[in-house]
Amino acid sequence: MTALLDVRDLRVSFPDGAGRIHPVDGVSFTIERGKTLALVGESGCGKSLTSLALLRLIPPPGRIDDGSSVTLDGTDLLSLKPDALRAVRGRRIAMIFQDPMTSLNPVFRIGDQITEVMHAHFKMSKQDAREQAVLLLQEVGIPDPDERLRAYPHQLSGGMRQRVMIAIALAGQPELLIADEPTTALDVTVQAQILELLDHLRRTRDMAMLLITHDLGIVAGRADHVAVMYAGQLIETAPTRELFDRPSHPYTQGLFASVPRLSGPVGRLMPIAGTVPPPNAWPAGCRFRPRCPIKHPKSETMPPMLRAGPEHEMRCWLAEDGK
Amino acid sequence: MRLPAGTAIRRALATPRGRAGIMALGAIVVFGIFAPFALPDPFAQPDIVSGAMQAPSAVHPFGTDQLSRDVLSRVATGARVSLAVAAVAVALSMTLGALVGLVAGYFGGAVDAVLMRLVDGAMAVPRLFVLLLLVAAWERMPLTALMLVIGATGWLGTSRLVRAEVLRLKDADFVRGAEALGARSGRIMFRHLLPNTMGPLLVAATLGVGDVILLEAGLSFLGMGVRPPTPSWGGMILDGKDVLTAAPWVSIFPGLAIIATVLAVNLFGDALRAASDPRET
Repeated sequence: MTALLDVRDLRVSFPDGAGRIHPVDGVSFTIERGKTLALVGESGCGKSLTSLALLRLIPPPGRIDDGSSVTLDGTDLLSLKPDALRAVRGRRIAMIFQDPMTSLNPVFRIGDQITEVMHAHFKMSKQDAREQAVLLLQEVGIPDPDERLRAYPHQLSGGMRQRVMIAIALAGQPELLIADEPTTALDVTVQAQILELLDHLRRTRDMAMLLITHDLGIVAGRADHVAVMYAGQLIETAPTRELFDRPSHPYTQGLFASVPRLSGPVGRLMPIAGTVPPPNAWPAGCRFRPRCPIKHPKSETMPPMLRAGPEHEMRCWLAEDGK
Repeated sequence: MRLPAGTAIRRALATPRGRAGIMALGAIVVFGIFAPFALPDPFAQPDIVSGAMQAPSAVHPFGTDQLSRDVLSRVATGARVSLAVAAVAVALSMTLGALVGLVAGYFGGAVDAVLMRLVDGAMAVPRLFVLLLLVAAWERMPLTALMLVIGATGWLGTSRLVRAEVLRLKDADFVRGAEALGARSGRIMFRHLLPNTMGPLLVAATLGVGDVILLEAGLSFLGMGVRPPTPSWGGMILDGKDVLTAAPWVSIFPGLAIIATVLAVNLFGDALRAASDPRET
């Protein structure tokens, strides 16, 4: 089975003084049709920029470097002409953002914001678009969809607005939905509902999903694969089960140790010392080296992605030691 | 953060300032539209019976001028001229300013640099000077042309205002979202950005009305604006200048009309400005 989305060696750069920095530095992953990949990492690791790069939405002066490749079902997205690119945005790949308070246009009724997408991508009468919009609102669990079409964003709660955002994203019937921290701005109880909804939609619509999050807790049971990102690079990728059973990279292990657990023995939370260094201060060699509890003798050389198990890779020399 | 235009208007109307301003302005507009029908025609019927330069009386509440014309009906007809000039000129300058500001702010880079340096350059030339030159060069400029010329020289500040708003908004998530959903730049500019700049634009427009009325009055007073016999407030003050001691009402009443109108417009504009800022309650 060929992958729906194939990202190879993606590098995003920004000017910094005389040179350029690379907040996304050689990221490769694939997403299969109908599957969910979770991209996990701390703030500033480059995960949001990675998602923006897929649709070429990197704000200038940033740019995607030559040699990167993003292929959707055989189409090279990075070489598309503007018109063809617009036909992909919202139609084949849709995106929802972190903060539903600011991602809806405050001066338009939500009905118009949903039908706008349909009119941009399909030939459709106003009446048909409206009926579609009602069905979409129903699908994302908004009560009284007929009424709500006429509401303005400020008349809805945060959870409702995120549901509207999802309805807007679904309006183009995308094959891939990018959800950038879709629940970070929401209450915990609403978070679970939105994640359930996204998972339900992915299954019923056979839609692939790239779920971007800093929260390992929401990944379990919802993602098929997990990619852990650190300092612009992927440092560990594995099927979700495998990653949760055998987190192998010291950073991933640190992430798990810093998440409170509901089951198992009660121990102290172990935060990872320090913070992610900014892109202009990455150390040579392994980028996690300054924070790593294990000082591997080879860590002054940047490790490549090494095999750590079945479908399991990590960017750490420990993998070579057969640990 | 600014409030949308509709909310701002509602909030402005809830304040005493805003209500007083809009009521006074409404009264002047109604007076300008309907009073000329009920009053003697200032063009056709000089009141020879009462005579020239009559002091205000029951027959002529604002008195008569040197040509025996009723000052009240001339002030009323002048309201039409002044308000029409203000409306057309402000509409034109807001449109031009919004267009330039949108394009400069949204596209940024070289487009922005070129447009804004042009605006900077144009702003260095006094507006009245440009207007006087144009009006002097174009003898017997028709009223419509005067409106357009005033409008075409008044958009510079507005373009900066709109550009600043666009710069603030264009990295907002909903704009990024519209791009992610495949919207064209034109659609993003006119559908997503422009309506969100309406609040500040409306404030600028309201305050601009006061400016234009004063500008037109100033031009007419210099004899370079509205041509006689069309009555305009500025022109009427000029007419009364020679008889200021003998018949001060010929100049005073159009002067009061200017003050009342500009005051009303500015009251409302100021209330609107305060109301569109959510930090002011």
